Amino acid sequence: MASVAASEVSSRPGGERGRWVLPIFPTVMIGIFFVVPFALIVAVSVAHQNPAGYYEPAFELTHFRRFLSSIFINTALFSVGVSALVACICLVLGFPFTYFITRLARRHQVFWLVYILAQLSLSEVLIAFAWQVLLSKTAGVANILVWLGLLERSVSFYPSFGAVLLALTYLVLPFSVLILYPALSRLEPDVTEAARTLGASPLRTFFTVVVPILRPAIVATGITMFVFTLGAVLVPQVLGRPSHWTLSVLITDQAIFQSNMPFAAALAIFLLTLSMALVGVTMWINKRAEIKT
Amino acid sequence: MSRLLRNLYMGVIAVILIAPLVVIAGISLNATKFLSFPPKGYSLRWYVEIFADSGWFGALQNSLIVATGSAALAVSIALPIAYCLWRYRIFYARVLFSLGVTPFVLPPVIMALAFLLFFTTVEVHGKMINVVLAHGIFLTALPLITVSLGLESVQREMIEAGQTLGADDVTVFRTVTLPIVRPYMISGFAFAFVLSLNEYIIAFMTVGFTVETLPIKIFNALRYGYTPVMASVAVVFILVNVLIFGLIARFGDLPKLLGAWSARDE
Repeated sequence: MASVAASEVSSRPGGERGRWVLPIFPTVMIGIFFVVPFALIVAVSVAHQNPAGYYEPAFELTHFRRFLSSIFINTALFSVGVSALVACICLVLGFPFTYFITRLARRHQVFWLVYILAQLSLSEVLIAFAWQVLLSKTAGVANILVWLGLLERSVSFYPSFGAVLLALTYLVLPFSVLILYPALSRLEPDVTEAARTLGASPLRTFFTVVVPILRPAIVATGITMFVFTLGAVLVPQVLGRPSHWTLSVLITDQAIFQSNMPFAAALAIFLLTLSMALVGVTMWINKRAEIKT
Repeated sequence: MSRLLRNLYMGVIAVILIAPLVVIAGISLNATKFLSFPPKGYSLRWYVEIFADSGWFGALQNSLIVATGSAALAVSIALPIAYCLWRYRIFYARVLFSLGVTPFVLPPVIMALAFLLFFTTVEVHGKMINVVLAHGIFLTALPLITVSLGLESVQREMIEAGQTLGADDVTVFRTVTLPIVRPYMISGFAFAFVLSLNEYIIAFMTVGFTVETLPIKIFNALRYGYTPVMASVAVVFILVNVLIFGLIARFGDLPKLLGAWSARDE
């Protein structure tokens, strides 16, 4: 028994107990507070909504059918469109930025990472608030433009689509940096050096060597940013008009202010399916990239 | 030349990232009650107000309690899962791992709705424990990832050596594994703490009308009337974020936690 391999050790009586005892607490917690609530969404999405604002157990697809009616489909299409746009902008801005960070000394990398992390954990409430101030008539950039003589008098730049887009990009950009960071930091400097030695310009090296190698990471990051933007609730509400609402806002509104739980649940299932499909694609891409290397 | 361009680019992004925060910091020092930037006269009264006004101070207390409780819960759920996966390599642990990560990956409004439906069904309304549980489940992913990363750096030979010398699993865990994993548990706790502190939609949907956390309080102020305290609270938030991530960086290996690789790690 003196030299048992690690995998065999666990089959000893002493190791057996932990195997059975340790998962109990996580199982109970995840079971009660994740699996059950989740099943409730599914159950409620087919429940019957009575006019008094309560729902009762039933099996009907009215809420899904209602979702497919024009107004709500527009919201869904808008959500998808704006999320795709934000994901693209974040990749274009974030990729070079992350690349530069990974080429710095480790000590300087830490500084930038703290900078990005502090930004990223910033509540969406604060981001919406900050941009509301920045785009406002009384205290915003418009005043600077007036001072520069570019505007006649101060105006408010929100509510507008531009304001929503700007704040969403601001919200998601730090995430794109953080998700690209591992892939980029694993890029061997030898690869780019080889290209440089062979006479490629830095820009050419970047586009013909760095980008192709990291294509899977770029696609995966883009999709993650997309899902993340879909989750924004406050920015579209604070900085946009009702026509700029996303699915997340609509779900909140239906659940809290319209007290239509079944409809909110049906919308949530649509959002869930969409995100899960996309997360699945990301995982598949990552798996494939892992096998390749 | 390319170096100059690089620094310029990084500088511009850094400025854009910080600009809104500068504006908030500016208006938080405003002497008047009305929104204006640049500030008209300077004063720290809006910082004093956070502690003097019982509404804001109560929200601050709520947020701190919720963040501490949910981060502790997240770590206590994550640690056994990560350990089982690493130590016993059982399939069931892999299932738990996936379930533990999922809530964080989905758009938060889905979990918010799930928790709302759950707490209405079991008829526990608006208690602080609701949001502690909800955040704990939502944020389990973070300590799960950091602790798993930490366990990977424990050498299995050391575990075997401990067992050869007659130590049981518990003793080996306490004397060999735990000391190596502890910094990763602390970072997982810190990540979860910060994210809970900043989280809005789940807190709003579970307890929004009874327990005010800081983000809820700020949003209500945003909707129903501006007060400069919003800005001073925001500045406090940003400082807390920077402080906590600075501490993680100081006592842990931040690039490694975030998935960077270097020759040094191998």
